[in-house]
Amino acid sequence: MQKKDLGLLVLIFVVGTVVASINPRFLSPINIANTANLVGLFGLFSIAEAFVIVTAGIELSVGSVIALLGVIFVDFVVNLGMPWPLALLITLLLGVAIGALHGFLVTRMRMQPFVVTLCGLLVYRGIARFYTADATAGFTFGASFPSLEWVFSGRSYGVPHSIVAFGIVAVIAWVVLHRTVFGRHLFAVGKNEEAARFSGIRTARVTTIAYIICAVLTALSAVFFAMYTRSISPASHGSFYELYGIAAAVLGGFSLRGGEGSVVGVVLGVILLQMLQNLVNLLGIPSSLNFAVMGAVILIGVLADQQFARYRERQRQAQSLKRATTDGEPVPRPGETPAR
Amino acid sequence: MSTDTAFELQLQNITKVYPGVVALDDVSLRISAGEVVGLIGENGAGKSTLMKVLGGVIAPSSGSITISGETYEALSVQQSFDHGIAFVHQELNLFDNLSVAANMLLGREIRSGFLGLVDEAAMARAAQPILDRIGARFSPSAQVSELSIAEQQMLEIAKALSMDSRLVILDEPTSSLTLSETNRLLKIIADLKAHGVAVLFISHRLSEVEQCADRVVVLRDGRDVGHLSRDEINYDAMIRLMIGRTLASRPPEEKRAAEPVVALQVEDLRTHAYPAGSASLAVRSGEIMGLAGLVGAGRTELARAIFGIDGVHGGTIRIAGRTLSGHNPQEAIAAGLCLVPEDRKGQGLILDFSVGSNICLADLQAVSRNGFVDRRREAARAAEQRDRLKIKVESLDRAAAELSGGNQQKVALGKWLALDPRVIIFDEPTRGIDVGSKAEIYGLMRVLTNRGCAILMISSDMEEVISVSDRIAVMCRGRVAGVLEPPDFSEENVLTLAIG
Repeated sequence: MQKKDLGLLVLIFVVGTVVASINPRFLSPINIANTANLVGLFGLFSIAEAFVIVTAGIELSVGSVIALLGVIFVDFVVNLGMPWPLALLITLLLGVAIGALHGFLVTRMRMQPFVVTLCGLLVYRGIARFYTADATAGFTFGASFPSLEWVFSGRSYGVPHSIVAFGIVAVIAWVVLHRTVFGRHLFAVGKNEEAARFSGIRTARVTTIAYIICAVLTALSAVFFAMYTRSISPASHGSFYELYGIAAAVLGGFSLRGGEGSVVGVVLGVILLQMLQNLVNLLGIPSSLNFAVMGAVILIGVLADQQFARYRERQRQAQSLKRATTDGEPVPRPGETPAR
Repeated sequence: MSTDTAFELQLQNITKVYPGVVALDDVSLRISAGEVVGLIGENGAGKSTLMKVLGGVIAPSSGSITISGETYEALSVQQSFDHGIAFVHQELNLFDNLSVAANMLLGREIRSGFLGLVDEAAMARAAQPILDRIGARFSPSAQVSELSIAEQQMLEIAKALSMDSRLVILDEPTSSLTLSETNRLLKIIADLKAHGVAVLFISHRLSEVEQCADRVVVLRDGRDVGHLSRDEINYDAMIRLMIGRTLASRPPEEKRAAEPVVALQVEDLRTHAYPAGSASLAVRSGEIMGLAGLVGAGRTELARAIFGIDGVHGGTIRIAGRTLSGHNPQEAIAAGLCLVPEDRKGQGLILDFSVGSNICLADLQAVSRNGFVDRRREAARAAEQRDRLKIKVESLDRAAAELSGGNQQKVALGKWLALDPRVIIFDEPTRGIDVGSKAEIYGLMRVLTNRGCAILMISSDMEEVISVSDRIAVMCRGRVAGVLEPPDFSEENVLTLAIG
């Protein structure tokens, strides 16, 4: 666990203790289970977002993809009567297609990730609304899909399945990002694409796979959200979720410049954001201030983290300067490059 | 400032010392109104440092600068500008999204009306006479992106003139121009001279210097090694001064009989930088081939093309008989070729990554099982390279950014060595590295060639090229102009080929 993760964990405990002491309901089993469910739902696509952010990219179409694939999944199961595992498979494959398209446009057509995924945000939202003719898609009253409901919105021993899924995905994501060759390549591409290319890393392929992983995880989270809300109004379902995912990743130590961050961080980031929402409800703060609280905490968190990093950087430079001078090696004066 | 007095610039005993390097050593230079002075010297002779002193970018360590009677220890950028010193750099500094007039009058826009809006028409009217003066045939309202390179070069000159310059410094202005464009530029210089403007003309193309200069000043290793007056200027005299000494050729026992096996063969390779030129060379196993040439001769571009970074326009690349497409580095690496790039910090290393991660980055497969990095094997591999290359670092977990230049270069090399490459291309392997580390790098190269590796070493340091190489290929404008064998090793021969 990195130092910044530890800081986040401490913050979570402090916030939790304060909230619990003001309103004991915070620790009631019902509240914990509900919050955990939300952590699971929002966590899935936050991890998805992190995979793209680590490559120095950005994925803005997350919310729209959740709406579009949610609508399609519900339509397949309810209206077409498709067996739900098949519908799930098709939904995930659509995720692969969307991710591959974004990766292709970013790496082969050299478009900026912001532009590609902003257009995705608009296009998928539009298609979702067109698909249902702007009507709400959902399960008709009394309709029952016991196995589907159990898997995606059920609980085992009181634990919501969404957070179980999030836990499994987080563990896999941690292994992939921090222990595999592919993960190392992702960080390398995000940190310095040029040097990665000069080291023989297939940078375009690595980046494309990151977009595919992101979109598949988003597709999975779309199914969870569909089963959570049970009815989807395509105009608003999932709106702003991409920003939520970005916020969780940034709070968890991911840099938008790429090459930095940890899965532990993003998990803690998601937990903290859900706690803040919960806190707004429990402490009787007007819910209209919800976003403001979230924004302020992220701003302060990232600011504190960067100040700390700058402090460490200065320490490091002072040290290496000392080392270099004792080695008898030339040290360029600040602001001057030795030129001949 | 003092426009009535005749312009005269005098540099007296300018010395600029960087830690470990004397960039300028007691250089004096005088130039007056209506005079064209040619400034020549090899790569690294101190020309750019002298330009920076004149532009007020750096302060000399000692010496003084006198301009039209006013003496300074160091100029500021503003003072240099106020005295009418204008630069036309080798690299164009234009905004191609703006018009010709807007570029020329950047920062001095003509405004009109009570809102102070930019008056495009008035700016175009102001720009026209200057364009006429240098015989430019493009319109002041044309977009810079529509101009050819030569026209952009002319615009740079027009920009310098528009500032009512007293001294125009042209740094390699003809390197991207065709013959007829060059001739036009030489006419413009003559015209400037006729108008009483002083011109400092820096060029590697000695024939142009010969045509236009009233005097020639030669720099070598930061020293002012001689002046030539108008009637003394000729090609041989300039070359002689630029080289000065004849380097003792290396004792023959150091030379190793290269195995006759060709490891890297390049035929008629055309790069993006020189789509018209075609480069051919062959590097044998067990030899170090130096690749010399002037800055901009296309050496780095050739290396990038061979390694598959940029793609190629034509020609063939063969490593030990295997043909490469030149379109991806993975293929080159698989064939046993690797590149230690010029830009160590940007391309050779990921500075924020640990030393260990950098060493293992190029071949993570070797230290992983089923796609999972085995961190113990990774550490072992990194430690092995650290010991082999004697990389000085307290822990392999330290960021590569914390190392000195020499140790960084060893890391950039170390990431390839475990792959046991057949051919290594070094691009400026010792730039910015202290003397001790240089010797270590040369030693490592020799160890590699003794084991049968072929090395192509790009270097702009003439002494390095001559003392380290077994053969020297010299590039000029995208072509390999010639290959020198040890008996012919001399700065003069290299320079003659490089100038073309």
